[in-house]
Amino acid sequence: MSAPTTTSGSTSAVAPAASVPKRPMKGAGAVTWLDERLGLGGLAKKQLRKVFPDHWSFMLGEIALWSFVILLLTGVFLSLWFKPSMAEVEYMGSYAELRGLHMSEAYATSLDLSFDVRGGLLMRQMHHWAANLFLASMTIHMLRVFFTGAFRKPRELNWIIGLALLQLGIVEGFAGYSLPDDLLSGTGLRIAEGIMRSVPVVGSYISFFAFGGEFPGDDIIPRLYVVHVLLLPGLLLGLIAAHMLLLVYHKHTQWPGPGRTNNNVVGFPLMPVYMAKAGGFFFIVFGVTALMGALLQINPIWMYGPYNPSQVTAGSQPDWYMGWLDGGLRLMLPWESELFGYTISWNVMIPGLGLMGLLFGVLGAYPFIERWITGDKREHHLLERPRNQPTRTGFGAAGVTAYGLLWIAGGNDVIATQFSLSINTVIVFMRFAVIIGPVLAFIIARRWALSLQRHDRELVLHGYETGVIVRSPEGSYSEIHAPIDPSRAYSLTTHERRVPLEVSASADANGVAAPGRGKERIRARLSRFWYADEVPKPTTAEIEEAAHHAQHNGHGADGLDGRERHVGIETGGFVGGDDWSSSESDSSSSSAKR
Amino acid sequence: MKKLSTHRRHPLAGLVVVLLGLVVAGSLYAAVRPAAADGSSSSDTDLIAEGRELFVVGCASCHGLNAEGIEMQSGSNNGPSLIGVGAAAVDFQVETGRMPMARPDVQAPRKEGMYSDEEIAALAAYVASLAPGPAIPAPEEYSTEGASVARGGEFFRTNCTACHNFAGAGGALAEGRYAPPLKGVSPEHIVEAIVTGPQQMPVFSWLEPQDRKDIIAYLERLEEQPAYGGSPLGSLGPVTEGLWGWLGGIGSLVLASVWIGNNGVRAGKKKQQ
Repeated sequence: MSAPTTTSGSTSAVAPAASVPKRPMKGAGAVTWLDERLGLGGLAKKQLRKVFPDHWSFMLGEIALWSFVILLLTGVFLSLWFKPSMAEVEYMGSYAELRGLHMSEAYATSLDLSFDVRGGLLMRQMHHWAANLFLASMTIHMLRVFFTGAFRKPRELNWIIGLALLQLGIVEGFAGYSLPDDLLSGTGLRIAEGIMRSVPVVGSYISFFAFGGEFPGDDIIPRLYVVHVLLLPGLLLGLIAAHMLLLVYHKHTQWPGPGRTNNNVVGFPLMPVYMAKAGGFFFIVFGVTALMGALLQINPIWMYGPYNPSQVTAGSQPDWYMGWLDGGLRLMLPWESELFGYTISWNVMIPGLGLMGLLFGVLGAYPFIERWITGDKREHHLLERPRNQPTRTGFGAAGVTAYGLLWIAGGNDVIATQFSLSINTVIVFMRFAVIIGPVLAFIIARRWALSLQRHDRELVLHGYETGVIVRSPEGSYSEIHAPIDPSRAYSLTTHERRVPLEVSASADANGVAAPGRGKERIRARLSRFWYADEVPKPTTAEIEEAAHHAQHNGHGADGLDGRERHVGIETGGFVGGDDWSSSESDSSSSSAKR
Repeated sequence: MKKLSTHRRHPLAGLVVVLLGLVVAGSLYAAVRPAAADGSSSSDTDLIAEGRELFVVGCASCHGLNAEGIEMQSGSNNGPSLIGVGAAAVDFQVETGRMPMARPDVQAPRKEGMYSDEEIAALAAYVASLAPGPAIPAPEEYSTEGASVARGGEFFRTNCTACHNFAGAGGALAEGRYAPPLKGVSPEHIVEAIVTGPQQMPVFSWLEPQDRKDIIAYLERLEEQPAYGGSPLGSLGPVTEGLWGWLGGIGSLVLASVWIGNNGVRAGKKKQQ
């Protein structure tokens, strides 16, 4: 087996003919023609050989990318027929249940799209499902990045760009949800207007500014349309480009393993492997979206009817990504106070404005907070398993729990009717659960991670349980443990041994107290909390000792999978991030220097 | 007797004894319980008398012997007074199985009816005889001939959807009460509900007879119309859509990414190892 091929970063200006075989390939002439004029050959040669590591969880962000592409494609189709106008028209289309009613042109053209434009309903439903999938996939992609520590230096900025994408995606989705001007979207806009009004002092001014007067007015749909089809998609596109350029510049993170270090990327080149994988994945995402659009009804605007401020329907909910904010509104206590003649609606302001700010504030600050607590200022390109960062995992689990509970609370009426519960009971339960649940989740997830650390240590030191029970001559039974695969042992022990920060010397030689000690003490305490109870990974000496012990007690599994007893000793050599690259690598895999 | 003593410790002995006990108790009850009156009389007074008989047996324990209602010490009603509710209320509550209630609860659910049509007519005649109230609607009051579906939709959205949901799928009210789904409710019962306001429902006195017909026509059209765009997912709005988006959509895409991630250029080699 050969060592992994290493492509160096520098590529000289390309000579197009150099790589062409003796018999010219079909189309080579056209490619040469283009290259002579655009000079993209050099760039392409470098980027097409770009190496990406292989893991399923690295493809979650791709779902978001492809659903965004579907959104652009279906959105262009919809914009050809949709008229963003609130002018009153009489509907004379083919949906008889609404024929003859007066409605806005926006709603009438949405109905035309659903019933009179060939393929229009499918496109509308695919657009809506793709929007739901776009935000859902961004969310799970973000969770993957969070729980594996992929947001650490040098990727903090990309993390923040990702958060901006998620936020803009939410606003973009809400704008789209509001455009058809049906009863549900009007109700949603009314709630958005209520949240605007909850801003102290200037709330009513903001509302009048946004709606061009009293709600609903006749400006909001054209305005939202511009935001929905021009402003936000432009911003999203730009940020997606920045997100991906940074990904290329930083190179993708990888899971630790034999041959994978902080200084290389082990994986497969973009061309042909990832071209095929990513291209294929687009068609899978498209297929799933098309199936959902064809088989599952979403946002049946013809049932909601045209928006009329005097009407409302049971089960008025926003799309899922706003559900947790709606849940906050539904759970909030009815607090209101009057200050200097101004009413402050805490009941709307805290959940309506505060929750969104809290979520994105905490998420945006998180990489910097963690960095400060751990004092880790190095670059990281190797991912961490969630179990090896129990405190981060605990916080993540707490966040997911709080979000999930608020989200469930947003559907409290549907939960009440479907499970025959009292809606009041659901609300009271949720009010407590939203506070207690995250704390429990933190404790459970953290202890769980620590137990898994212990399990890993056990695996490395004593091997895996073979399930083979032997009876000794004395009659006692014991289970044979066999040493685990060396590469697995390497992966399990390659993370760092972490020590909490210490407070530096309290005073210098002259007895002058060091400045900023109080802050440092807090930091040391936080760092101790961060790494408390961490199970230390086994040292080389411990592993050798364990292997030795196993040999003497006849614990080893001779010939169990054709491995020798002393394999355990060999394992010791792979502990601690030693560069152990050549023997496991594959001729087809390549690694690029960072 | 020997047989009994040998089998009394059999594992099934206890079960047999319980079964025997139930059979005996059940037969005794069937023999002793008051026989249901059968409705065969023709004149009004007979009908009312028969209704009263039925009322005393089946309804009086909650509504009082003279349908005056029973007030609890706490101030709440054990059963409300039925004086003046009219025949329409009786017809609605009993025919849809809501009355008699299976147990005291915040709201009576729709269930299989307990009384025959004749018995319901007798009960209705008795309650109607106490004080004037809405009568059972005649068929022409709920026939949808010449009714306007679009107009009915407007009335439905203005008056009904706030509780019953845009598709008539029902919705939650406070303290475990709810607006029931409207699917499968007969036009007669819809008119009766609008004019009598059963359970938590208000009386929609401002709806003219024509408005009610239009609403019925709209509801019938909702039931008849095909599911445009695929399965309506219970017509519960974005909550079920989100559930499907996550479980079905993202779920299957994550599975697809696991599949792609595990099947690459190396997949074949892995298997050989």
